[in-house]
Amino acid sequence: MFIAIAIILAIVSIAGAIMAIHHKKLSVAIIASGLVSLTASVMFLLLAAPDVALTEASIGSGLTTIIFFYALNKIRNNHD
Amino acid sequence: MIKKLLIVGLLTGLAFMFYGLLISYNGNETLTGLGSYYAQNGAREVGAANLVSAIVVTYRGLDTLGEVTILFLAAAIIGFVLKLKKDEVVEARPVRETSELLTSASQVIVPVIFLVGVYIFINGHLTPGGGFQGGAVIASGVLLMLLANPTMHISHNIVATIESISGIAFVAIGILGIVLAGGFLDNRLLPLGEFGTLLSAGAIPLIYIFIGLKVGAELSNIIGTISYNQNEKPN
Repeated sequence: MFIAIAIILAIVSIAGAIMAIHHKKLSVAIIASGLVSLTASVMFLLLAAPDVALTEASIGSGLTTIIFFYALNKIRNNHD
Repeated sequence: MIKKLLIVGLLTGLAFMFYGLLISYNGNETLTGLGSYYAQNGAREVGAANLVSAIVVTYRGLDTLGEVTILFLAAAIIGFVLKLKKDEVVEARPVRETSELLTSASQVIVPVIFLVGVYIFINGHLTPGGGFQGGAVIASGVLLMLLANPTMHISHNIVATIESISGIAFVAIGILGIVLAGGFLDNRLLPLGEFGTLLSAGAIPLIYIFIGLKVGAELSNIIGTISYNQNEKPN
């Protein structure tokens, strides 16, 4: 059971990582990179490291994603 | 062609290195020397039910001070680089109207997020989490406020005051540890109390409250600076 969940998480994580690199729309790529962090945090929880999971969930998938979006917004504004 | 060959060669070299690592790896069945010392004596010496925070705050307290300093430096540098002059600011930048759902939901959820953050760092010595995690959760509450109201301005004075007071208090507790107990950041300057209760583990709850406030203030400041920087005039 544990191994099955871990394998599914790993597949989702790798798919998210590939999508983050190759997707044409930057906003989708940013969300995909947030997804990688989210699956990583669930993985940390499964591996009995709740402290790391908390940090990864709040900083990795929360703050970093939004900061990327702010940067994207700024690039677009300067581009027009 | 040569470029592709180089890439393949590089990847093969990397694979060779990782293969060596994989072959020589065998997982530890038992704790190593330092780990078993922490596991056996941590609860007795420090009195924290969460052994991770015992290590992070007391045994490795100096490292935590270094991490907090690095975060402070990062926040300061972001504030310095992204600072806007008066004539670079757009008076009213066009903002897409936030949805009713987000604004009303944020009013309900933000206080709860703040409460969870405070809970995480106050209970850092009992349950998983601690100052850093609690501070990050508080900053994500600030972030939600900013998303619901993009023109909100985070006051630098309040953030700087909270940040510097908690930073000074953290170092002061560390120095008090030298005077009253065994060394820098020794948590036994307060009585250890009953194992597993809220007022236990000496100075760890105090230290975690200050770390939590400091990290929360720094991360909120970073978000606030980046958000305010969106007001820059397009060139």
